[in-house]
Amino acid sequence: MSTKPLMAAKGLSVHYALRGKLIGPKAYVGAVENVDIEIKAGSFFGLVGESGSGKTTLGRAMLRAAPISRGDVLFDDGEVSYSLKKLGKKELKDYRKRAQLIFQDPYAALSPRMTVRDIIAEPLEVMGLTKNRAETDARVREIAAKCRLNVEHLRRFPHAFSGGQRQRISIARALVSGPKFIVADESVAALDVSIQADVLNLLKAIQQEMGLTFLFISHDLSVVAHVCDHVAVMYLGRIVETAPTRTLFSGPRHPYTKALLSAIPSLDPDDRGKAQKLEGEIPSPTNPPPGCKFQTRCPAAIDRCRVEEPVLETAGVEHKVACHRWQELSD
Amino acid sequence: MSRLIDVENLTLQFDTDEGRITAVDNVSFSLEAGEVMGLVGESGSGKSVTAKSLMKLNPGNAVYGPDSKITLHLADGPVDVLSLKTDREMKIVRGGSISLIFQEPMASFAPAISIGDQMVEQLLIHTSYSKQQAKEVSIEMLDRVGISDPSTRFGQYAFELSGGMRQRAMIAMALSTKPKLLIADEPTTALDVTIQAQVIDLMKDLVSEFGMGIIFITHDLGVIAQTADKVAVMYLGRLVEQGSVRDVIRKPAHPYTRGLLAALPKLDDMDAPLTPIPGDIPSPLERPSGCVYHTRCQEVVGPRCAAEVPEFSNVDEDHFASCHLYDAKGDTA
Repeated sequence: MSTKPLMAAKGLSVHYALRGKLIGPKAYVGAVENVDIEIKAGSFFGLVGESGSGKTTLGRAMLRAAPISRGDVLFDDGEVSYSLKKLGKKELKDYRKRAQLIFQDPYAALSPRMTVRDIIAEPLEVMGLTKNRAETDARVREIAAKCRLNVEHLRRFPHAFSGGQRQRISIARALVSGPKFIVADESVAALDVSIQADVLNLLKAIQQEMGLTFLFISHDLSVVAHVCDHVAVMYLGRIVETAPTRTLFSGPRHPYTKALLSAIPSLDPDDRGKAQKLEGEIPSPTNPPPGCKFQTRCPAAIDRCRVEEPVLETAGVEHKVACHRWQELSD
Repeated sequence: MSRLIDVENLTLQFDTDEGRITAVDNVSFSLEAGEVMGLVGESGSGKSVTAKSLMKLNPGNAVYGPDSKITLHLADGPVDVLSLKTDREMKIVRGGSISLIFQEPMASFAPAISIGDQMVEQLLIHTSYSKQQAKEVSIEMLDRVGISDPSTRFGQYAFELSGGMRQRAMIAMALSTKPKLLIADEPTTALDVTIQAQVIDLMKDLVSEFGMGIIFITHDLGVIAQTADKVAVMYLGRLVEQGSVRDVIRKPAHPYTRGLLAALPKLDDMDAPLTPIPGDIPSPLERPSGCVYHTRCQEVVGPRCAAEVPEFSNVDEDHFASCHLYDAKGDTA
């Protein structure tokens, strides 16, 4: 497998303007601040964090669906390379074929008035990827089979399907244009465990079969542990730690990652209450604390943390952490 | 411990345009004071409907079976919940002795009435407090669930609070009437793990402090393992397994419970494949005959599974499963 990054965010910031004041500097919310990450071709990259951490915004910026205020995102699939900040209209159209999104809620994502066939065929028609109906149908059937949908399913409407089947339809629609990069934003969060396992297995199988690269956004760390090969942890718009999955789960360095991992409810009824509990909640991004963004909740915060913002440092092979005290704390 | 509630042969059907749908089928369980029962199952398994029956909160097209009986044991004698008719009678179970916490705290507070006014309103209905006393009790309760600056929060509206804070306020409101039984319907599902851990801790503290019974409805077996004393597993309106939390999670007896556990991603074994339960939960309009789970079951014993409804059998002491695997009779077909 190639080790070249398919996607690379370089100093990426996404800012949204707040309701403006007439005088004075424009106020903004930094939803994503100065993020550097590389997603290797063929990897299943997990992005975790609490709600409000900016993970969805980062995913959307990588699809050019959120404004890039500073920095850039570079896309290179071997055929073309794009700087997302400077994409022209025609290039953007081409990029849409190569990067796709799977949504969270399979009930809201599918039009109730379109048949499954039309839902899956729509991207092909909009992007003009097929020449005639026969070709479209052939492509739809091929993708549907990959997503384990039957031919007779194609004639039905979404209401006739269960949550798991609907999510398979959403996946088929995302795959039909032959993308290289897929953002799956909480794609299994709304599903029951048994169906969740089925959809995760399907995503994994498709990724391997079609050589895709996934950005898998989730708040569920046990799901991420199972499917992702690399994980980045976000907090208030910043990446605080990134590492190969195994490294991150066996030796987390950032106090936030440690707290997240210990907050997962254990399946062992005798292992109660040992977790290291995090106090308070994620601060509002309109008014972030000075210094390290995690200092307000960090059990290990010292004076330096309250003034100076830590940068990502190398903590091991492909392992980076943004904490002033990670070395002392890891002993 | 004393018995708090008995549910016997609860059967509940809904009249709909497409016919009569069975939502709950012959479910029995009981709960002691100070006990936490986890009610687990996929969406559509009937767990919320079962819980709402305890407060008779199901809509008008609900038809209870003739043998269904729900008995709430209060200090001044047992109450037959299903025989309650008027709103005035039902005040005992709705918010009086039983409180309910919903999954979505945003949707459970009225948006245009302050949190405090909503808390005071229900105290005035259910207790003999004066308005001033009710306010004091409410603020004290907000403080108790870990909301900082409770007297300011008292005057705020639901939209001004964050998700975790709203869920805490919901819990404070549900507990301020000092209910005997708290029904928590997926109270942590919409929350982040860190906030979920805080809310779980809070609920555990409150059980030991107030000694009430809790029915904790969730699809998250991890949350159950962390909170419940005993577990009841539901599938398509039927109770399929019941037992202590240790027995059910460590030695699941019913194939459905085993399937649920196998489908769960586990952190201590990241290489273990995720095994989905094959197929989908059938539509309530097409309830399978015999054992409701036989259409997806990996351990079908024989034609009996499709023909006969399995009885509840003892797998172990205080551990029951409704499955032909445990019938003493053996397969007769």
